[in-house]
Amino acid sequence: MSMTRVLVVDDHAMFRSGVRAELAQQAGVEVVGEAADVDSAVAAVAAQQPDVVLLDVHLPGGGGVEVMRRAPSVEGRPRYLALSVSDAADDVIGTIRGGARGYVTKTITGPELSAAIERVAGGDAVFSPRLAGFVLDAFSGVIEVAAVDEDLDRLTEREREVMRLIARGYSYKEVAKELFISIKTVETHMSSVLRKLQLSSRHELTRWASDRRLL
Amino acid sequence: MRPGPRTCDDGCDMSESPPVRRAYRDTETSIVGGVAAGLAQHLGARVMWVRAFFVATAVLSGFGVLLYAALWLFLPAAPAHEVGSPGSESATRGGRRPGRIRRLTDAGPAVALVALGFGAVLIVESVLGIGTLFWPVLIAVVGVALLWRQADEAQRERWLDAGGRLDLIGVIFGRGGWAAYARVAAGALLVIIAFGLFSLRGGSASDLGRLTFAFLLGVAGIAVILGPWGLKLYADLTAERAERIRTQERADLAAHLHDSVLQTLALIQKNSTDATTVARLARAQERDLRSWLYAEDASPDASIAAALRQVAAEVEDAHGSGAHSLAIEVVAVGDGPLTPRLLPLIAASREAITNAAKHAGVARVDVYAEVGTDPSSVVEVFVRDRGTGFDLDAVGDDRHGIRDSIRARMERHGGAAEVRTGPGEGTEVRLRMPQGGE
Repeated sequence: MSMTRVLVVDDHAMFRSGVRAELAQQAGVEVVGEAADVDSAVAAVAAQQPDVVLLDVHLPGGGGVEVMRRAPSVEGRPRYLALSVSDAADDVIGTIRGGARGYVTKTITGPELSAAIERVAGGDAVFSPRLAGFVLDAFSGVIEVAAVDEDLDRLTEREREVMRLIARGYSYKEVAKELFISIKTVETHMSSVLRKLQLSSRHELTRWASDRRLL
Repeated sequence: MRPGPRTCDDGCDMSESPPVRRAYRDTETSIVGGVAAGLAQHLGARVMWVRAFFVATAVLSGFGVLLYAALWLFLPAAPAHEVGSPGSESATRGGRRPGRIRRLTDAGPAVALVALGFGAVLIVESVLGIGTLFWPVLIAVVGVALLWRQADEAQRERWLDAGGRLDLIGVIFGRGGWAAYARVAAGALLVIIAFGLFSLRGGSASDLGRLTFAFLLGVAGIAVILGPWGLKLYADLTAERAERIRTQERADLAAHLHDSVLQTLALIQKNSTDATTVARLARAQERDLRSWLYAEDASPDASIAAALRQVAAEVEDAHGSGAHSLAIEVVAVGDGPLTPRLLPLIAASREAITNAAKHAGVARVDVYAEVGTDPSSVVEVFVRDRGTGFDLDAVGDDRHGIRDSIRARMERHGGAAEVRTGPGEGTEVRLRMPQGGE
C-alpha cells in the first residue's frame, strides 16, 4: 500500500513540528508539507496534492472553512480532517458542514491520529465522542416520521444508536460487536450521518446553527 | 486552580421563572434598521413576509413607515456581546474563524423592496397629483432614515469594540470611513433640501409668519436629526456599563488563569522527571484553560452537564497521580436544570467515575450524559472504561461501592443502575433517573 500524503495546516509552528514528529513514527503516513494560514494552505494543496489535509479550525485568513472553500479539489481529493483545541460546537459543526470528514481534538495520540488519517483517506468519516455528542444534539428532538418530510433531516434509529455508542466512548469495533453488525456497516452508518450533517436543511439544525451564528 | 465562581449578571433572578422572550432588532441581517429581521425571528415568520407587510402597509397611507419607525425607536438592537466564548470571540476578531457570509440572496429582496417602494411612490403621485408636499416630505424621510441608520451603525460598532469610552465623533460616525461620512452628509443634505423645497414652493420667504414657521420647522428638524443619538446614547450607556463589568470580570479571570499557568509551569519544571505528574498537571491546566476559553457559562450547581463536568474534574485531580495519567472525557447531549431530585444521580455518577479511575487501571474514562428536552423524560448517564473489569458476582460483601453507593442509592430515589462488566472487558455503569417533577 502506498503512503498517505498529509498536509499539516496550523498557525502554531510548535504544534506543526510536533505533529510532524509524531506522524514520522507511524507507518503508512507521510507529511508532505505544512502551511500556517489560509493563503499558504490553498497554495500548498495545489502544489502538493496531498491525500489528507489536517486542518486547524481557527486559522488566520478566515478559518479552516475558507481553505476548504478555496483549495482546488481533484476527484474528491484532498480530504479534510479537522483538528482543533476549540470544543465550541459551532466551530466543529461549521467545519464539518464546510466539508471536513471528521473532527479530532489536538490532544489525540499519535497512533490514534494516524488511524484517523487512514480512515479519512479511505473515504470514511471520523467521529470522536464529542462530535457524536454534537451530532445527537443537533438532530435531537422527538422523531415523528410523519412530521419530517425529508430523510436527510433525521437520523434513523440505527444511526442514532451508533452515534450514542460512539459518544459513550465505544470504538468502531466495539460498536459493531454491541449491535451485532459488521464494522463495514458501522462505517456505512457513519458516512451516512456525515452526509446528513453536511446536507440536511432540517429546520432544527439550521436554527441550532444560526443560534450559534453559523449561518 | 479552577476559576472562582462567576459573579452574577442580570441573568440571576431569571433562574426561577422562564426568561421572558424579547424582540430585538437584528442588526446583522438588516436592510434598513433590522426591524423586520428581528420581528421575523421573534414571531417565527419568514423575514420576506414581514418585509412585504411593511412595504404593503407603507403604500397604504404610510402606516407601515410609521410602524417601522416606531419599532426602530423602541426595539433595542440585539445584544451583540452575548455571542460566543472568549476564545471564539478572540478568534473571530483575529480573522481566524469564518465570518458571516453575506449571500447574494440577501441583496435580491432589498432590490425588490426598493423597486416596490419606487412603484408605490409613483402610484401615490398619480393618485394625488404632483403634491406640493409630497416630494419634500419623501426626501426628508429618506434623509432622516439615513441619519438614523448611521446612528444605529455607530451603536453596533461600539458594541463590537469592547473597551472603548464614549467619544462624540464615535457616536456620530462610528468607526468613520467614507461610507459613514457620506451617509451623514447625504442625510443632512436631504433634510436641508427638503426644507429648501418646502420654502420655495410655499411662496415668499420674506413673510414674517412663514419665516417663524420655517424657523420652528428647522428646530424640529434638528431635533429629529439629533433625536436618535440622544436616545441611543441613553441605551448605550446602560449596555456599556454591563459590558464594562463583563470585561473587568474577564480580565480578572484571565489574570487568575495566567497566574495558575505560571504555577503549573513551575511545578512541571520541578517534576520534569515524573511523567505521570507532568501529564496530570498539564491535563488539569488544559481543562481549566479550555473551559475558560470555549465553554458555555454555566455554574455547576445550575445545570446537569456542568455538574457532571465538575465531578469529572474533581475525580481527575484526586486520582490522576497514581501509576498512570487520567483523562475523563465528558460528553453531554442536551442539558437541563439540576433539580434536587437529580442530586443522587450526580452522586452515583461520581462514585462510578471514581471506581473507574481507581480500579480500571486505564488512562481514559468516558462519561456520556443524555438529557431529554421533555421534562418528563429520563436522564441517562453512562460511565465507561476499557480497563480490567471484574466479576460482578465475586465482589465481596465488604465492598460497598457498587451495591450501596450506586445501585441502592439510585433505586431509593426512583432511578435504576446497571453494571456491565467482566474480567478483561472493561466496565460500563448505566444510570437512569427520571427528570420529572417532585
